[in-house]
Amino acid sequence: MTTAVAEPTVSGAPHSTGVMSNLHWLASDTATLTRRNLLAVTRIPEALFFSTVQPIMFVLLFRYVFGGAIHTDATSYVNYLLPGIFVQTVAFGSVSTSIGLAEDLQKGIIERFRALPMSRGAVLLGRTTADLIRNVFVIVVMTVVGLLVGFRPSTGVLSYLAGVLLILFFAYALSWGFAIVGLSAPNSETAQVMSFPLIFPLTFISAAFVPLSSMPSWLQGFATYQPFSVTVSACRSLMVGPASTGTGRSTSFWVVQSLLWTFGLLIVFIPLAIRKYRTRT
Amino acid sequence: MRLAIEVENLQKTFKGKRMVRALDGVSFAVPEGTVFGLLGPNGSGKTTAVRVLTTILRADGGSARVLGYDVQKKAALVRTLIGLAGQYAAVDENLTGRENLQMVGNLNHLPRSFVVRRAVELLDQFNLADAGDRPLKTYSGGMRRRLDLAAALVARPTVLFLDEPTTGLDPQSRNDLWEVIERLVGGGTTVLLTTQYLEEADRLASQLAVIDHGRVIAEGTPESMKADLGATVLEVGLPSIEDALRTGAILDTLGPHASLVTGTLVEVTVDNGPEAAMAGLRALDAEGIRPQTFNLREPSLDDVFLSLTGHRTEDEVAENGDGDGGLSPRQRRKKIRLEQLEAALPVATGELA
Repeated sequence: MTTAVAEPTVSGAPHSTGVMSNLHWLASDTATLTRRNLLAVTRIPEALFFSTVQPIMFVLLFRYVFGGAIHTDATSYVNYLLPGIFVQTVAFGSVSTSIGLAEDLQKGIIERFRALPMSRGAVLLGRTTADLIRNVFVIVVMTVVGLLVGFRPSTGVLSYLAGVLLILFFAYALSWGFAIVGLSAPNSETAQVMSFPLIFPLTFISAAFVPLSSMPSWLQGFATYQPFSVTVSACRSLMVGPASTGTGRSTSFWVVQSLLWTFGLLIVFIPLAIRKYRTRT
Repeated sequence: MRLAIEVENLQKTFKGKRMVRALDGVSFAVPEGTVFGLLGPNGSGKTTAVRVLTTILRADGGSARVLGYDVQKKAALVRTLIGLAGQYAAVDENLTGRENLQMVGNLNHLPRSFVVRRAVELLDQFNLADAGDRPLKTYSGGMRRRLDLAAALVARPTVLFLDEPTTGLDPQSRNDLWEVIERLVGGGTTVLLTTQYLEEADRLASQLAVIDHGRVIAEGTPESMKADLGATVLEVGLPSIEDALRTGAILDTLGPHASLVTGTLVEVTVDNGPEAAMAGLRALDAEGIRPQTFNLREPSLDDVFLSLTGHRTEDEVAENGDGDGGLSPRQRRKKIRLEQLEAALPVATGELA
């Protein structure tokens, strides 16, 4: 280096490169961006309102319109339905990860982030963390709605909370998947239309709304063991008892299945999303 | 003098459906404390150069250094020294002005108390104090640009990159922003400014490089560039092409610059506007030519391009609907040259007859 250069001009901004320091800044930057993403949610209350109205409409539709025609042996249909609706709601909600990232790319905010001395991973972590926190709120609202229409969890608070954690964890893995979609889309509108064909079959060809035994046998294999279904069955087991799944399997069987899927998805999605973020110009 | 920015033989090719050589061996140097203007039309490579210098994009070849640090090898350090304000006003719609500035401050890893104070200071400085706690949705285009610039300044950068800071702004907002930038420069900040407007480069930059198809095609001070170009453009509209050709020949005698005849419009750059206008009018009157329009105007970027490259900026070519979107820059240049040659042919035959 031939020229002496003034040190960074602001006091108290250490830029040491130790691992602890890197982790500290990763956490700090993730917190900053999580806060920013959540503030955006509160600034558009309409969006939050309508994204909550839609799952409520699904509850009412299946509880009072289709539910009468769907026969469940082990438990009432409303008890069968609600765990399925929870998973459907967070799955649909994870699409917002793709829309949010596509929008940030489109508007040039990510361009600004890339020129800042911030942690590289914080953009994706901040986005997925904000969506995770939003899902906590959504599950609370849906639980209240469920109780109002006759949902009666019967396994105790701890077991119920374990079910909620399982759903949140699964939704978090989905968010990373939709981060890849968002980083691949040319704009937020396209990100949205790209996301739904992925989420729709998984949500409906599943154990979420109807008993698996009512489906043709060639469909049952997929419908039973795909990641949505095992998570729904696990939650159903945890919230209203293993008999309610109508599969004869134990709670721990479904919980392990769900956790395996969720870990598997995270292991695949996170590196792909990070690579996509790095190479997207 | 120490150099704030050194760019040597920078190369970048975008591979996609169509290969685009965005930077084709760009070199320039910016001394500390000066304002350097990178002047060029859309798609000339200005923004790509800025993106490489601000560590957003990796170059394929060549080198770029900011304050002596290589932007690729020392990217993390370079990011602590620079500020970037872009033409797309990259600020967050859903946050307030203050929240935007504080977010950028936090992401710059500045102490919280400093960030809070700095946001207040910048909102004041950019006339946004009253709007500081309103969401950006309520901001005008000019206010957004001011906030974007303020966001670039949160960490007091030593080198500031302004990528088309006033593109798309109304004249009043543009003027306001120019004043802000002038004040900054007075404070000793090194600025790299890209622009499509000769007027903007002239007003703000002490040194200019004109960039076209990823290459620097001219360099100098705004004064020297305007001197080469002529200070003013005389533009005469005629009722017929025949009159236009005759007028072109007459205006050629006004000064060192050759006139350009496009249909019924004749343009010539002149060194002394009013004098040339009077002389021109007298000469036309003596020949019995009655112009329909007669204007004096400042030379535009397009005039610079015309005199440097013999072609107009890509924008105009596109607007003319030539439909040569599939051609490489080199092929397009060749096509334009051919078209100009063809356009010149009737002139030659007209003069023969």
